[in-house]
Amino acid sequence: MADWKSEVEEVVFPGKICVPYSWTVGSTLSKWYVQLRDDGEIWANRCPSCGKVYVPPKIKCLDCYKDMNDWVKLPGTGTVETFTVVHYHEPGLHPKKPPFVYGVVKMDGADTGLVHLIDVDPDKVKVGMRVKAKIAKERTGHITDIKHFKPLS
Amino acid sequence: MERVAVIGVGQTKYGTDKPETFHELVWEVANKALDDAGITVNEIDNVVSVSSDFWDGRTISSMAISDTSGAFGKDISTVEGDGTFGALYGMMRILSGSFGTTMVVAHHKGTESSMSGITNTAFDPLVERRLGLDAVTSAALQARRYMTVSGASEQQFARVSVKNHGNALRNPFAALPLEITVEDVMASPMVASPLKKLDCSPVTDGAAAVILAAEREAKKLTTNRKRVWLKGVGHCTDAFRLGDRDLADTRALKKAAKKAYDMAGVTTEDVDVVEVYDAFSYMEPLWLEGLGFCDDGMGPEITERGYFDFGGKLPVNPSGGRLSANPVQVAGLAGMIECVLQLRGEAGRRQVKGAEVALAHGINGMCGQSHCVWIMGK
Repeated sequence: MADWKSEVEEVVFPGKICVPYSWTVGSTLSKWYVQLRDDGEIWANRCPSCGKVYVPPKIKCLDCYKDMNDWVKLPGTGTVETFTVVHYHEPGLHPKKPPFVYGVVKMDGADTGLVHLIDVDPDKVKVGMRVKAKIAKERTGHITDIKHFKPLS
Repeated sequence: MERVAVIGVGQTKYGTDKPETFHELVWEVANKALDDAGITVNEIDNVVSVSSDFWDGRTISSMAISDTSGAFGKDISTVEGDGTFGALYGMMRILSGSFGTTMVVAHHKGTESSMSGITNTAFDPLVERRLGLDAVTSAALQARRYMTVSGASEQQFARVSVKNHGNALRNPFAALPLEITVEDVMASPMVASPLKKLDCSPVTDGAAAVILAAEREAKKLTTNRKRVWLKGVGHCTDAFRLGDRDLADTRALKKAAKKAYDMAGVTTEDVDVVEVYDAFSYMEPLWLEGLGFCDDGMGPEITERGYFDFGGKLPVNPSGGRLSANPVQVAGLAGMIECVLQLRGEAGRRQVKGAEVALAHGINGMCGQSHCVWIMGK
């Protein structure tokens, strides 16, 4: 477009959208969160057809398109499959101040990865590192009931 | 099956501080595309818009552009995804027999809101959203996984950024042309390891439009010089959750690419120029592997050898790619427009000589959950 800014003052309206929601958690994840909240345990569900174990649990198996009613308790340990050290800060979004670490943890007993925070010295985090879930003392039934994963040493 | 052609294209100069509203950007590119095709808005049968309500800060934003896009008194329907998927819907509307021509128009004003905040809302509010993940941190997880599996180095990823910002120097539409070195990329601020600032595409404003026409309409409305045929298309989606995928596995892209090549009756050997979705430097070699241009894990090394340079065996992202302008959801349509210009021989200083078959690729979802691959030719 032609450079209209030389003739007209550019006007900008600042704004913000805040709309409340009450998200239904549903049958599968409700069961997972209640178990995590009340017993401090991490469970997964297993496909009755191919045996693949999912955490977080899924309504149906990706490969078999089957309902998954088999539940298994996980030991809470796992291996870091990939990670990133975050160096920027988004207040209100990031749960910690930078630098902090996100990782995908392949939990023992499960076939999928769980994305979460890893509480580790950013200089020492490595792919393949063994970690264990730290369960929060105060639990509300959310993903943050797993406080973070910590290196097993 | 009836053939569908691109008969007109238009794009804004992409920028990081465009003062126009998205309606004005749509007005600009719709007119450019009509002028390019040499037709009037009366010849447009329907409009497919491409946008994201969260980015626009209003719902059903396609309703707001019904006038500027030329949809007033006709029909407009929206794709919330990359522009390559908008073109797919536009083509399907023609192939359904309901319409002879479709205007596909995408707009994005990334600078009006917060990239981190918007892309965080793409995550499941029941699980990952509260952890604060966004497009950059999830891409960083994918980049590291790709390094682990392929043995690629950060310097090799940086080489992609050097190439594409350099290509942008020849593209008057690009937002961020830069003459930089691998050392410059490595020295740019760390954002989310292993990604530095110059590994990441800029938050960008802009719009793009293409006019599609059924073969009969295309031949009636335009000259042979303007027409570029949509010869093949393929699309495929992977699992939603990051942990349900191996982030270095391009299985969905491989399926999409095979469908596109088969439909067009071509192989990778036939492709002369590629526009691939490089929202982050590491994505280019990863997607080039998925598209079959090299073996899995070899993308970074072959890039380093100059194979995908502007003067190399297969020029990739001669436009400068998404690294040089990434208006989200417009970006894949911009890649298709670049392919059209290359095939018509209208790409100016960035013209790939003798380009006869071009490939454009777009992604949707975090870490390339979904892919759309187009094969285009004269």
